[in-house]
This record gives sequence, C-alpha cells and structure tokens, in this order.
Amino acid sequence: MDLTSLTVHETRDALRRRDISPLEVARAYLDRIARLDPRVRAYLWSVGTDGSAAAAQADVSLPLGGIPLAIKDVICTQGVRTTCGSRMLEHFVPPYDATVVAKLRSAGAVLLGKTNMDEFAMGSSTENSGFFPTRNPWDLDRVPGGSSGGSAAAVAADLCAAALGTDTGGSIRQPAGFCGVVGLKPTYGRVSRYGLVAFASSLDQIGPITKDVRDAAIVLGAIASHDPLDSTAADLPVEDYESALTADVRGLRIGIPDEYFVPGMDPEVEAAVQQAIAVLQQLGAVCERVTLPHTAHAIATYYLVATAEASSNLGRYDGVKYGHRTKESAHLIDMYMKTRREGFGTEVKRRIMLGTYALSAGYYDAYYLKALKVRTLIRRDFTDAFERCDLLVTPTSPTAAFRIGEKSDDPLQMYLSDIFTISANLAGVPGISLPCGYTAAGLPIGLQLIGKPFGESTLLKAAHAYEQATPWRTRRPRLEGEGGPCACQDG
Amino acid sequence: MITRDDVQRVARLARLELTLEEQERITPQLDAILGYVESLRALDTESVEPTSTVIPMVTVLRDDEERPSLDREQALANAPDREGACFRVPRIIED
Repeated sequence: MDLTSLTVHETRDALRRRDISPLEVARAYLDRIARLDPRVRAYLWSVGTDGSAAAAQADVSLPLGGIPLAIKDVICTQGVRTTCGSRMLEHFVPPYDATVVAKLRSAGAVLLGKTNMDEFAMGSSTENSGFFPTRNPWDLDRVPGGSSGGSAAAVAADLCAAALGTDTGGSIRQPAGFCGVVGLKPTYGRVSRYGLVAFASSLDQIGPITKDVRDAAIVLGAIASHDPLDSTAADLPVEDYESALTADVRGLRIGIPDEYFVPGMDPEVEAAVQQAIAVLQQLGAVCERVTLPHTAHAIATYYLVATAEASSNLGRYDGVKYGHRTKESAHLIDMYMKTRREGFGTEVKRRIMLGTYALSAGYYDAYYLKALKVRTLIRRDFTDAFERCDLLVTPTSPTAAFRIGEKSDDPLQMYLSDIFTISANLAGVPGISLPCGYTAAGLPIGLQLIGKPFGESTLLKAAHAYEQATPWRTRRPRLEGEGGPCACQDG
Repeated sequence: MITRDDVQRVARLARLELTLEEQERITPQLDAILGYVESLRALDTESVEPTSTVIPMVTVLRDDEERPSLDREQALANAPDREGACFRVPRIIED
C-alpha cells in the first residue's frame, strides 16, 4: 500500500485497524520528501529522523493521532524555526506554539515540517519567498500559487497527509486551485490567530489544505476554537463538520454572481465551472443568478486595507528584540532603516510603502477611510445575496497556474489575479476551493464555494457532494518515473 | 502623481531605507497602484459607516489575575544583542 497516497481519513482508519503504524506512515512521508522535495521545494524545513521518534509515540485514538502534517511557516511552532518566508526572520525560533499548533499536537498529529510561502504572506505565487520559489507538482515550470504555495504543493505531491495554510486575500484557496487540492478559508474568527504572524489582522485566517473535502472537515474541527489569547476568535461552539457530509444538497439554493463571469475569462476555466454548476443542479441544488455589485472595487479596497494593516503590523521588525539586525549603524533610527532595508524583500517593501502612504496625514481620509467604507458596501453585497441563497459558486481564479516569472515584473497584474477570492476576506465569509477539472495542458482548475458566516457545515456538505459525484480526485501529478517536467496521469 | 519626494517622505515614516535604484523602480509602481485605487472615488460613500472589523466590536476583558507568560530567558532568547536582562541597542540620540 502506498501510504503517502492516503487521505487523512483513510490513514486514520488504517491506523485504528492496526493495518499500519504511525512510524510507518511518518517514514513513508519522510522518504518521499527526501526523494521528491528537492524538485518541488515545498518545505523550508522538514523534521528528519526526529519526526520518526515523535510518530512512534502517537496515540491513534486521538482525532489526528499519528497523522503527519505540514505547517505554513507563518505559524509559530515552539522550538522550531519560523521564518515567514523572510530573511528578516531567518533565524527566529518562537518560544511558544500557536494555538492551532497546540491543538494539533493534543489531537496527536505529527509535525513533518514548515512550508514555503510568499514573504510575510504577501503574494500570489510563492515567488516572493526570501529563499526560493516552490514549483507546481503538475508542471514544475509553473507556480503553485501563493502565498500558501508550499503547503498546497506538499499536499498535491503527497509530501504530507494534510497541511495548514493562511488566507488574507485568497492565499489558501488560490494555491489549492492551482495545485488541484482542497483549500478552506474559514469565517473570520472561526480559528484562533494566536501565534499566526500577522499580515492584515482584520483579514487573516488559518485554514486546512487537504487531499479531499472530508479531510478539510476533520482538520477544521481540530483547529477551530474560541481562544482567550485571541479576542477576535468567536465564542461559538465548534460543529462536528465531518458528520455534516451527508452528500444531500437537494433544495440547497446556490447563487451564481454575475460579476464573476466576465468577458476575457479563460474559456477553459469558465467551461469547467459552468459544468460544475450543472452537476450541482443534477444533485438537486437550485442555482440562480445573483449580483454582488461592488465586486469590481474589491481589489482596490483590499490593497488599501491590507497594506495599511500590514504597514502597522510589520513595524515590529526593527531589529531590537528578535529577527535580523543590521551589523553597523550610527544610531537607533539608522539601525531601524538599515535593518528593514536588509531584512525585507521587494514586495513587502512595496506594500509597507503603499500602506504607510494610505494612512499618512492628508491621505488617510481619501484612501484608507474610503476603503473601509467600500468594505462595508462589499460586505452588504454578501449579506443581501445570502438572503436569497445559502451558498455562492464561482471560479477560484481567472486562469490556471501561470509560469514562474510570468507575472513577477508587474505587481498590479499579479494583484488582479486575486479578483475572485479577495471579496470573501473583506466580508469575513468562509470559502472553499476544490478541483473541478483540468485544462487541455493538464493543469488543475479550481471551483470556489462561498458560504454564510459560520456556515462551514453547509459549505463542506455541498463541496463534498460535488466531489463525490465527480472523478477529479483520481488524477495525480506525475513526479516519479519518466523524466522531464511532469504531466498528469489518470487513475 | 506620486513623486520621488513623496517616496522619500513615506520611506522615512516607514523607517525603510530605500536605495536610489529602489526609489526609482518603486515610484512608478506605486503611482500605477495608486492610480488604480482612485477608482474608489467614483463610489458614493457619504452615508456609509466604515468597517474596521467584520466581527461584533466587543472589548474582551478578564480579571486582573497573574497567568503563565514568557519567562525572561525565553523573551531574550532571540535577542540580536543583550546585556543582562535588557535588549541592547545603539544610542538613541543622533550626534
């Protein structure tokens, strides 16, 4: 049995039947990482033989007992280097675990390693990593998406059983779409952000990236919680998401927003999503057109709100208490200036500059405050639409994965590719991406479902029903055997 | 139209030293992005309240009791430079 091809739930069941042991599972993944990650480069750091030791202690009766997971390197792991994909934190070792990490440990999960990402979660391709780009397992010359590109690539290439990513403007859903895996951004406040290195505090969420929808339900259940250490984490009971997967969507009302099907969209993406809508209808869902009138303003709004928040959050990187510090400086301010010049990459600097400008005296009202008001309008669009439907269905991205280097010269072009994911972050609503087909070139196409606040059960149920009715899971990227950049293969 | 002077002023506010080459490269990029976000002006937001957070705004309080926290050695463990119980930094006053 190829242990690394199993989902979390298949692994869990086989472990509990004692068909396999946690040690065998961990070793299988670690061997595969050693063999294939030099080509994919999903990991910034992986655990090596220590991981085997931890696996041997795993208690399989726990919800994730013995399940090997990868964690995006923006989430603090006690005693384990956490870089946020940045030279600024190249040697930073957190003295505490993020709440989600503590919860995964108590659920019995085994940490395989920390995954690559765009620096400080700023990017849509993982090309902004301060270390190296990650490659898409479906075509090693293409990006895996970002900023959770390492996590998405690791799941797609079976280099972990599941992973955690983070999503501020689409950074779980878009790479999940590009890599042909499942990615869930929970409702804002569903999962604690304690120990998540902050990018934009009113938008950031941690969520699962997994091989199938059932796995996403399982991992969400393990990480969601109230948290006295995060005052934005909701004090709401965590549902049994796995038990919501009844595959029954009869009567479910699904809205198709006009503004997400625009002229100039990639025709293969559009065709795949239209076909997916037809499948949902065949399963008994009632689909109707709706409008989210302020969609066209979402990117402008996001690149003011998120950059303003980032400029504030990244002010802490000053070389005083942790992280990089410049070697020579004349005085304190000089130290700050040089430290930040040396430690941050280009995209991070660009966003700090944009955010600082938008907040500065004389510009605050016209830019930042204006954007906060438009955010209200965007949020209202969703509230209005959800009076008529339970879920929305859209493409995840306008295109499939682009080539490494293709968009990195034009920041605005890169920003525009987030158009379908960004509104959900501004409105705080949950969204999931799952595969809905492949381009003629063999690249995955992502379908996005968007739900009501704290409506993850309905979201997962619909996603699961669609997944079970379609064959997309049977295709895997080919990384071993025949040489050259991989093509996909069926079965 | 954002100028090199604007860029220098904002960089100083952000405590970010940019090389001349970086300033030259970033100025038109910022200009293009700011030009793009101008599109928000067209929207009538006269009677619209700003949204700073999507959760209900509640100040979360707790009793003022001592709870576990980082000990001093943990807090100093990543220090680039320390002296005793303190983080050591270059002099604050410029000459």
